[in-house]
Amino acid sequence: MKAIILRRKKIKFGQILLILLLGALVCFTGLPLVAMVCRALMSTEELYIYPPRIICHNPTMQNFSDLLTSLNASVVPFTRYVFNSIFTTVVTVVLSILVCSLGAYGLTKHKPAGADAIFAVVLAALMFSTHVTQIPNYLVVNKLGLVNSYLALIIPKIAVAYNFFLVKQFCEQLPDSILEAARIDGCSELGIFWKIAMPLLKPAWSTLAVFSFVNNWNDYFSPLIFIRSDALKTLPLALQTLAGGAGVVARAGTVGAATLITTLPAIIVFAIFRGKVMETMTYSGIKS
Amino acid sequence: MKKNPGMNGKAWIRRNKTGYLFLMPFLVLFTVFTIVPVAVSMGTSFTNYNMIQAPSFVWFDNYQYLILDDDVFLKALQNTMLFALVTGPIGYFASFFMAWIITLVKKGKGFFSLAFYAPSLTSGVAMSTIWLIIFSGDRYGYLNNLLLKAGLITEPILWTSDSNYVLKVVMLISVWMSMGTGFLVFLAGFQNIDPALYEAARVDGIKSRFQELRYITWPLMKPQLLFGAINSIVGSFAVFDVATAVAGMPSPNYSAHTIVAHLYDYAFTRYNMGYASSVAMILFLITFVMGRVCMRLFKSEE
Repeated sequence: MKAIILRRKKIKFGQILLILLLGALVCFTGLPLVAMVCRALMSTEELYIYPPRIICHNPTMQNFSDLLTSLNASVVPFTRYVFNSIFTTVVTVVLSILVCSLGAYGLTKHKPAGADAIFAVVLAALMFSTHVTQIPNYLVVNKLGLVNSYLALIIPKIAVAYNFFLVKQFCEQLPDSILEAARIDGCSELGIFWKIAMPLLKPAWSTLAVFSFVNNWNDYFSPLIFIRSDALKTLPLALQTLAGGAGVVARAGTVGAATLITTLPAIIVFAIFRGKVMETMTYSGIKS
Repeated sequence: MKKNPGMNGKAWIRRNKTGYLFLMPFLVLFTVFTIVPVAVSMGTSFTNYNMIQAPSFVWFDNYQYLILDDDVFLKALQNTMLFALVTGPIGYFASFFMAWIITLVKKGKGFFSLAFYAPSLTSGVAMSTIWLIIFSGDRYGYLNNLLLKAGLITEPILWTSDSNYVLKVVMLISVWMSMGTGFLVFLAGFQNIDPALYEAARVDGIKSRFQELRYITWPLMKPQLLFGAINSIVGSFAVFDVATAVAGMPSPNYSAHTIVAHLYDYAFTRYNMGYASSVAMILFLITFVMGRVCMRLFKSEE
């Protein structure tokens, strides 16, 4: 009897420790995000108050309307940056889904000669950081005359090893019998891919969509290199210009609003697709 | 498939055609924008090329200068190494630890996984506007304010412009952002392990949660651990966005100068593509070798 009571106490102690630990971790990851949301909602007086506040007391939407009206009067309206980011990100994501799924499906289910070698190269490419290929990419994009265009932000980022890898791992789980049945029914190879494989691969390509969206939405290096004119800048680059870089504390309110607008979409997209992402990540391990 | 002596070109084409057609768009783009660039980078790194005149071959001059004479590069290399060796493992183990903790929680798994993962969904550049306020050098900075109130310091610290602190601040921010890198992979790995295995192990004499982790979870999760490690290495050696956004470019005394910042400086402000390519090749070599080491380390026994 005594042993049971002791045990119960021990469990309670463990649970309390766990809750404390979780609380500390959530504070560490969450506080900067809370500060970001609050600063977007603070009035100018509250932003410069001493001592500085993290939580805002009188939330206002003033910063957002300032961002839209005052900057809309300037040469490039803020909405244009939002459009640039949405447009390039969505097009890149859609094309990447199509190209990587087609390839990964062809590789696993049709196994053309040299399939293993191709996969080995893709696996090795997981170890390249994109910065290594950035200089020659610039030379190629420059030769094609695409510098300072939307295409420069889209084309180099469609065939990504990471995306191919994710879909390929998931493709392995597709039962051949379903594909074979469709083939016997007279369905064309492309039809089988589109009508049968793609719906079954949905968890894989929705995960690809989330990661690709987050990466491209937040990408700073590509637009920094490829984009010259203000009208084509995406949000991270535009925000950097707006904030004035390190050490400048001008326009704090509008910068706060712009930061929130830049950060939120990626988090929302992830929150919506969380379940699908988890389903796919189960197959993501590499067996060496 | 056995090589069929009677299989002529036509039969070979018929067998492989569909597969190649499916792979074609990916292979073309992947070759043009990933494979060829690595080769081109390698070639360009042995030349002097400014994009106006034709490249001239200079053998190992770029590498020689880079390693022997370029003090700024050595500083960048040192910073990047230090950065990667600190933030890489911390981020990696923190993600593993958080994924493990979540498996122990009964309620609110969704909330906690979002809370832990959200930082890695943010843009380093966008969040830098908040970091610059948190680490602001005056009394209005959240951190200075907190430390002053607590009486730990008597006057504000210039977190982002004092070269003693810049790299540490960049590291802290990067740890914050990179805790989620392996998180999802590990979480999936944990969920994949059959609970019956733990039951069986308990009968066999495994006592603590840590023993479970060591003898069951670790070996079963090797493929996930490897994938997470590779992502973490590639990510931590490519540090650039946060460093420039917080510390500026160039940073005070080059205290937060990184390999990618050096590459960017030579390639896209000086247009010295040959020299910049040799910087890229060194980055490539480091991540590739580290990746290979990890593959050895996490070899899964079939």
